[in-house]
Amino acid sequence: MHALLGDFVGYGADACAVVERVMRFAEEGAIVLKGNHDAAIDRRGGYFNEQAQAALEWARETLSDPQKRFLAGLPLFAKHAPSYFVHASAASPERWDYVDSPGTALRCAEASGEPYTFCGHVHDQTLYFETPTGRMSAFQPSPGTPIPVRGPRRWLAIVGSVGQPRDRNPAAAYTMFDDVRREITFHRVSYDYLAAADKIRRAGLPAALAYRVESGI
Amino acid sequence: MSTQIRPGDTIDGFVIGDCLHKGGNGYVYRVRPPPERDAGYPLLMKVPGVGPGEPTLGVVSFEIEQTILPLLTGSHVPRVVAVGDDAMRPYLVMEEIAGEGLAAQVARAPLDAAELAQVGAALADALQSVHRQQVIHLDVKPENFIVRTGGEAVLLDFGFARHARYPDLLAEAKTFAAGSAAYVSPEQLQGHRGDPRSDIFALGAVLYELATGEPPFGEPATFAGMRDRLWRLPSPPRSLVPSLPPPLQEIILHCLETRADRRYSTAAHVAFDLRHPDQVQLTRRAEWTAGAGLGRQLRSWWRSRGVAVPVSAPPTVAGSAPVILVAVDTEHPDDERHPALRRATQALVAMNAEFRLMFVSAIEAAALGEGARLEDTASGKHLDHRNRLRMWVAPLELPASRTSLHVVESADPAETLLDLARVNHVDLIVIGAPGTSDRALAWWRSVASTVTANAPCSVHVVRTPERGESATPRPQIRANPPMGVA
Repeated sequence: MHALLGDFVGYGADACAVVERVMRFAEEGAIVLKGNHDAAIDRRGGYFNEQAQAALEWARETLSDPQKRFLAGLPLFAKHAPSYFVHASAASPERWDYVDSPGTALRCAEASGEPYTFCGHVHDQTLYFETPTGRMSAFQPSPGTPIPVRGPRRWLAIVGSVGQPRDRNPAAAYTMFDDVRREITFHRVSYDYLAAADKIRRAGLPAALAYRVESGI
Repeated sequence: MSTQIRPGDTIDGFVIGDCLHKGGNGYVYRVRPPPERDAGYPLLMKVPGVGPGEPTLGVVSFEIEQTILPLLTGSHVPRVVAVGDDAMRPYLVMEEIAGEGLAAQVARAPLDAAELAQVGAALADALQSVHRQQVIHLDVKPENFIVRTGGEAVLLDFGFARHARYPDLLAEAKTFAAGSAAYVSPEQLQGHRGDPRSDIFALGAVLYELATGEPPFGEPATFAGMRDRLWRLPSPPRSLVPSLPPPLQEIILHCLETRADRRYSTAAHVAFDLRHPDQVQLTRRAEWTAGAGLGRQLRSWWRSRGVAVPVSAPPTVAGSAPVILVAVDTEHPDDERHPALRRATQALVAMNAEFRLMFVSAIEAAALGEGARLEDTASGKHLDHRNRLRMWVAPLELPASRTSLHVVESADPAETLLDLARVNHVDLIVIGAPGTSDRALAWWRSVASTVTANAPCSVHVVRTPERGESATPRPQIRANPPMGVA
């Protein structure tokens, strides 16, 4: 089963193709959630930097009405026991709070009510887990290493972003969860990011967006 | 909650036998495997203590061991045959190690110096093997070592361990995360679980006990009692066993430094010193025979006041405190490769803050029968080459505490260098390439090529830059192989 945690538009020049593919995933039964960039398509509110504003404007111009309606109708979170999926934080999905510390991770994991919580929004892969003292501890995973996630404790994975990972490695990030063996594996996979950057430039979007895709920042 | 396991029960085909151990970390049973799981050696099954009255820490510890032990390889840990990861009935089936528990050797302590050095080096080898695999044990104590009949040490019980590539389930669990009272390092008492040198402290405490029969800080029953070691200096082992050689006291007290950054940086260095006590650079503490007087204890306390143990970045990158072996051909002191080899050594030393250098000269075995002149006798020849080696090293102006000289008689220099590299956990071998005049000799027949092909580590092959005039004409084919290390 696939889960796509949102922010399909507002970064690159491929909004239409991406949403088209995401819609097919949704038809096949994937969990598809709304990110803050997706929410911004039909609402002008919320803060976005200039680059993101430009990419959002591009998406508004190029997306078809059915595609816009699809994004507008996406849910903010999904429960699929023993997992919970959300774009930002389960504590208040609509506020787009960042889960970027043990404290915010604990609030999010407590609110989700499931032992395994998967979040997007923050771009870097991180695994938070509950320690015997009841607090959360952050762990930087090594891609490709299956991590056993057993025990009567909460786990929260920031699955990492496909575009604009912030660690200077342009490879896309994704995460696998094996709920039978109870293992989480963080992955990185390269894609044709030079072509993606080229499209951004040719669409006349801010050069910084292309540069970030190329250099993984 | 798992139901009680009884002898005769079967779990996933394993037939339960006698219960060998029952303790805080769970139960250990002998088991008979199903035919398809028969590994050809005796097996043990470990299960966590679960249920009313069992500590929850036992479950976490079991989970940690279940994750880490199967990842470890080599002869210094028991082999894992099966992992039961059903949450209702977790278990671990592993090799039963034949040998003597180190606790039995502690009971015989004080050991004599030679045995202490030998056993101690074996323990350090086991730690080094585990550290190299990115794991810190964090509960090093006699009960967790078995010494095989052949002398090799095996490390058991990874319930407190930490693996760099996996989340540390005991992170921040300060009060339970500390190892065993008599051996635990000061920084663990402050909640730090990320420094391999914590294991070196505990190893020092084990060596102390093997040397004297007593643990260095007693067996404190309270947390406050354990915290004494944040500043208190242990009585020097020689105050209890005056016959203990000063180098061994030096090694033990070096391991037991309160601050991690003053200890040995790797277990390989401890093993090295225990194997070459004659090469240990002695400091004042080597000679101490009385407990620290008021003055020294006060100084120690003063240094430790406030935050007692400053935590420095541990040497996490493998090889950041390398053992480097430099092969020096003392049979041919005029060889043009010597300056290049010396320059390469200098460059390597400049790159590493915490290095250990072994200079090795592999010389031809002296002919049987004593010769007429001193330098023709075996001992005379040995002495002569030792002096040549010392002169070779002198211009480098290296601290004696980081260098050692070895003259080895050998009929097969390549094999001798490789053996030394394996035994001493060498990270890098520096060796001269075959010289220009020897270039025609098939490269794969030279010592350098054999060493390069079979080394357990990196090899730095040093070649003298070719001079203009010798670059063009191809060297003549030589009938005789050259002598010496090349």
